[in-house]
Amino acid sequence: MGTPAIEIEGLTKDYAVGFWRKRTRRALDGLTFQVREGEVFGFLGPNGAGKTTTLKLLMGLIFPTSGTARIRGRSIDDVEMHREIGFLPEQPYFYDYLTARELLDYSARFFRFTEADRRERVTRFLERVGLSAAADVQLRRFSKGMLQRVGIAQAILHDPQVIFLDEPTSGLDPVGRREVRDIILDLQRQGRTVFFSTHILPDAEVLCDRVAVLVGGKLQGVGTPQEIVSIEVQGMEILFELPAGRSVPGALAGRVTPSGVAYRLEVPEAELYDAITQLRAAEARILSVTQLKPTLEDYFFRLVGRETAPSYAVEVANK
Amino acid sequence: MSSVPLFVAVNTFRESVRDRVLYNLIFFALLMMAAAVLVGQISIGIERLVIINLGLSAISLLGLVMSVFIGVGLVYKEIEKRTLYSILAKPVRRWEFLAGKYLGLLLTLAINTALMTLGLFLALLYVDRAIGRADAHILLAVYFILLEFALVTALALFFSCFSTPILSTLYTLGLYVAGMFASDLRDAGALSSSGAVKAVTSVLYYALPNFSNFNVIGATAHGDPIPISLVWQNTAYAAIYILALLLAASAVFSNRNLK
Amino acid sequence: MVASARSKQIWLATLGVPLLLLSLYPLQQSIAEKKESIAEQQQELLLRSGKLLKKLSLGYDSLLADIYWTRTVQYNGGILERGESDFSLLAPLLDVTTDLDPRLDVAYQYGAIFLSEKVPAGAGRPDQATALVRKGIALNPTNWRLYYNLGFVYYWYLRDYKQASQTFWEGSKVPGALPWMGAMAAHIAETGGSRDTSRFMWSQIYESTQDVTVRANALAHLQVLRTQDDLDLLKTFIETYKKRTGHAPTSVQDLANAGLLLSVPQDPGGYVYVLDANGEPAVDPQSPMAERVRDWSGRK
Repeated sequence: MGTPAIEIEGLTKDYAVGFWRKRTRRALDGLTFQVREGEVFGFLGPNGAGKTTTLKLLMGLIFPTSGTARIRGRSIDDVEMHREIGFLPEQPYFYDYLTARELLDYSARFFRFTEADRRERVTRFLERVGLSAAADVQLRRFSKGMLQRVGIAQAILHDPQVIFLDEPTSGLDPVGRREVRDIILDLQRQGRTVFFSTHILPDAEVLCDRVAVLVGGKLQGVGTPQEIVSIEVQGMEILFELPAGRSVPGALAGRVTPSGVAYRLEVPEAELYDAITQLRAAEARILSVTQLKPTLEDYFFRLVGRETAPSYAVEVANK
Repeated sequence: MSSVPLFVAVNTFRESVRDRVLYNLIFFALLMMAAAVLVGQISIGIERLVIINLGLSAISLLGLVMSVFIGVGLVYKEIEKRTLYSILAKPVRRWEFLAGKYLGLLLTLAINTALMTLGLFLALLYVDRAIGRADAHILLAVYFILLEFALVTALALFFSCFSTPILSTLYTLGLYVAGMFASDLRDAGALSSSGAVKAVTSVLYYALPNFSNFNVIGATAHGDPIPISLVWQNTAYAAIYILALLLAASAVFSNRNLK
Repeated sequence: MVASARSKQIWLATLGVPLLLLSLYPLQQSIAEKKESIAEQQQELLLRSGKLLKKLSLGYDSLLADIYWTRTVQYNGGILERGESDFSLLAPLLDVTTDLDPRLDVAYQYGAIFLSEKVPAGAGRPDQATALVRKGIALNPTNWRLYYNLGFVYYWYLRDYKQASQTFWEGSKVPGALPWMGAMAAHIAETGGSRDTSRFMWSQIYESTQDVTVRANALAHLQVLRTQDDLDLLKTFIETYKKRTGHAPTSVQDLANAGLLLSVPQDPGGYVYVLDANGEPAVDPQSPMAERVRDWSGRK
């Protein structure tokens, strides 16, 4: 394995709080993990866990109390390192008096492109995020979804190797979320590393190679989504319909719940065929048989429920 | 040498232009020029004097208002609105960004001043029916006013790096007024019997930005020539003070944890 | 909000706002009256502190001077127009104006004349005039015209020919002074007040100023001088007539009939000269010049 794309070591951030700034609040406590080149990495946690704080530290917007981080082998203090990264902030704000095209042009100027190259990129990435039609509209007229797309465009138009996205799908409608997911997959196909934070767990499950879970400023675990959740098949779910006049077999009745016009039965995997036999005997029509796996959400609720000292809802203030 | 400050400056200028406040000020200034011509009718025999006084004073006052009110928001707005997040994630040093914002506001002020000066000359043309060589002095007076703007903007920018617009405005205006009274302060201190008071007022006199250095409105109105040595000295004074302020601002901004 | 409630709001505003604003009219008048009585005292307070004002003006003192100058002209012009006699604010206004801009020449000349002129043509305070111009000379030692203004006050209003001559002499030494300053100094020293000198001085003022009020005043003085010249001339003609005919003329027409005059002359007011009860030439009592000559006679 070569140089990790992102290397975080003991990253800690304290804030001075209180009127006289005497007390400290630890927003991030000794964060340590790595992200491999080419991974799509999810950074998960509830609001206020410290996800945005981590991203701000990596981007150089705030400075760590202790600890280090390197991106592609270069320290986060190195300004030139920023040539290789792209960043989409949460709830992106851009200069609302600029048009989309002007904003991308402005963003591109920070890199050493020729004028022709810059213009080509602006057009190409406007197209890529589907904003060609609105290219010359002022950003103050943009909807949230459109702003998100401009944000992604400015984050990737210089072909960075590592892309950081803070809550890229929050606040978007399903179409928007789908588009963002497609872009992330596309970036992965190009061999780039994508690091995004989210509290929308289904997205993480679908997209990520690995995830890290952050709660109350502390890392809870790093691994594949499956590893995190540790596969415990909870059982099987059978959906079935009964013809008129027929009733649920007595042995199963206790575990059957109505689900619309149909019924739902949960059984342990070992009892699956037995249950199906019984249902067939009752002339039930089987609609579906599904494996029940715990989700990240279940893991989350367990995890967060366990936490006794709630962290300050710092990130709420940012909204 | 990177061109970051330059295109940041252009972008800052663009913001001022698209911000309609600027247009109102220009309109107001043109109105003043018209008033100058009218007032000249009343003060017969001293039309030139009055027009130059009124014109230069208007240019000075309006530009000052702009320097302060836009200046105190230069950095503050970017932090509050989080527009800085995506910018600082790019290969840009914080001081480069700061320099760009500063130059951008200066550009706005320069262009605004140029337009108003044009208006002033038009008013003079109307009164005198000719522009003489003596009117070149007016350009020098305008140059000094621009130096003043540059210094005030640097002050406002400095405060903008760590303070809210209201407080920054108070600090900046406070320093401006104090700077105007600096020599009086020293004179008053010189009369005191206490050595400490003398020392303190003396130090203040040298430390405070001495804005009265740049004021030649009255002299220009009376047609006095401005010595070339004063031009160099004022330029140097402004440049040095501005450099100091920008260095301080850069230090503060570079170490600031953004929200 | 229900539509009817919304339109109710509009009706309320349409009727209420103009009514409320109208009701302010009498209120404002009464407030203004009360304030006027306070205003005079306030003005006094403000005006006495010209130097403080200069400091407070934060570099805009030159402009403030112009504003105060405009106020001064309007103040004085207003009083002259209405024929009032209270000029008490004139000196303070001029003082503040020249504190703010010591180089405002027009203010010194204006002050020299209108502070010195007898009421109701001016404040009647030549002492204030000399104080003002002396201040101007102290601040502008290279301005010879100020010496002229000062010397003129001594000559015309104070009739202090020694001081006048002295002042003109000092002024003549200032580089750039016109040659007649020295000549004037010598002439006054020799002959004191003379109509020729006076005429010359008022002509100087008339020609050198663009101020309408000052010009009008100078012209008035020149007209009086001309009238006096005319009367002196008529006296000599009367003597000649007496010698020729052996008796005094009964009217000015007699002089014309005797061929001494082409026609009966008119004073600058357009009225013909007459002979008074003593047979002396005089201005027609109905002429506006009559009062002026009476007020300003005794000055040569």
